[in-house]
Amino acid sequence: MKSARILFNNDTLNVTVNDQDQVVTAEGKVLEEGTFTWLPPCEGKMFVLAINYADHAAELSFKAPEEPLVFLKNKNSLIGHDQQTFRPDNVDYMHYECELVVVIGKEAKNVSQEDAMDYVGGYTVGNDYAIRDYLENYYRPNLRVKSRDTCTPIGPYLVDAKDVKDPHNLMLRTYINGELKQEGNTKDLVFNIPHLIAYLSDIMTLTPGDMIFTGTPEGLADVKPGDVVVTEVEGVGVLKNTIISETDYLNTLNQ
Amino acid sequence: MFYYKQKESNTNVSKTANSRADITLDSTLLPPTTGSVIGVALNNKQLAASLETAFNEKPHVQPPKTPVLHIKTDNTHIGYGHSIKVPNDKGAVFAGPSLGIVIGKKATRVPAENALDFVQGFTIVNEVSLAETSFYRPAVKAKCRDTFCPIGPWTVDKSLIETPNQLAIKTLINGSIVHETSTDQLIYPVEEIVSYISSFITLEEGDVIIAGTPQRNAELEIKPGDSVTIEIEEIGSLTNPVEQE
Repeated sequence: MKSARILFNNDTLNVTVNDQDQVVTAEGKVLEEGTFTWLPPCEGKMFVLAINYADHAAELSFKAPEEPLVFLKNKNSLIGHDQQTFRPDNVDYMHYECELVVVIGKEAKNVSQEDAMDYVGGYTVGNDYAIRDYLENYYRPNLRVKSRDTCTPIGPYLVDAKDVKDPHNLMLRTYINGELKQEGNTKDLVFNIPHLIAYLSDIMTLTPGDMIFTGTPEGLADVKPGDVVVTEVEGVGVLKNTIISETDYLNTLNQ
Repeated sequence: MFYYKQKESNTNVSKTANSRADITLDSTLLPPTTGSVIGVALNNKQLAASLETAFNEKPHVQPPKTPVLHIKTDNTHIGYGHSIKVPNDKGAVFAGPSLGIVIGKKATRVPAENALDFVQGFTIVNEVSLAETSFYRPAVKAKCRDTFCPIGPWTVDKSLIETPNQLAIKTLINGSIVHETSTDQLIYPVEEIVSYISSFITLEEGDVIIAGTPQRNAELEIKPGDSVTIEIEEIGSLTNPVEQE
């Protein structure tokens, strides 16, 4: 089953998505694309893995870490499918990061790797934009790089865990304006999903809706206003996002 | 006006009082807000001065150019009187006395001059942390353990605070004063913090910013069996017992 949250006639609705990728309301009504706004399909803590693909580590001239390198995002950065992300004026390098997002399904504390998959509620697609100009060597990657308004598209929907047969063998792809730019496979995760859940639940209690962005493979590129960025995880979803200028973003705030 | 939240027969009720004497201090109190909690690290003059050499060495290479932010996740938030749970195998645990800035309305790209218009008031935060050996990577392990962020007991309306940038802060362990500081030690004052964060993070009503914590030296260490109190002038006192996890 696929579940989503949308804004329809100013109401937030929990809906399902059928096999034709159509949105179906609780009353069974099919909504036409364009008559509603996609919202993030989950709410909770947001963990993101840095350098969790060996090829991406090499790309960044890092050696893969010895334990998961986790940072946090704030909820301000989340937006749904088919929304707009702004690129600040006067920056040199803003890139996407296509990621499989694991969503926690039940409370987890001190969970072993053997039991960890029982705590997964579902999966979705995340695009963890970064603005490298703002990197500083304090709590790196710092919030100014990673937790910006509009900078974390997620969705379109949540796929139930039981419907993803092997989350450790899924292709990830990113296209800019239709051109394939990034490609990888979750089989190359440095720390796999059970490892991440065990690691995090040893530190703290995880609760339903918490999201683990599992990291991105190599293939980063700069994005500019006007670009349509599509991030895709095989069997989980195709997440579309459009880059706009800071000026256009500021105009949306004044509307 | 004092704003607070209390547990009453398993529901969380938001309340107000005209005087703090009207609020009974006990463990039915919850954190006065339910929003995001964002901390400003290294925002203390004495602490930054002590790290001057380290700031210019690897891996930091140069001092921070902007305020250094971190997130206290929801599992860390507890109210007045609830126990801070200390793990037995992670080394020393330290109290982190700080002013809490409570956001009153949605704030996007707010200039410092108007920043207080977006603030509802102030609270007390004990930003509990394990020791940090480096500030290079995000402090998830040190700062995001369950119960590591007592907040409360209430939010004091900003109209009752003369200046948030000159408030004495005392830390007491088992009733004895162990540490004294003041919000005049903040490198970035309250207005600049709100302005900076809102330049890329839209702050929502009920979000809390932890303005800055001092250097965690031995006097701020807390152990199972202790009772730790953070007292801030014009706001009140936040007391929590400490127990073994």
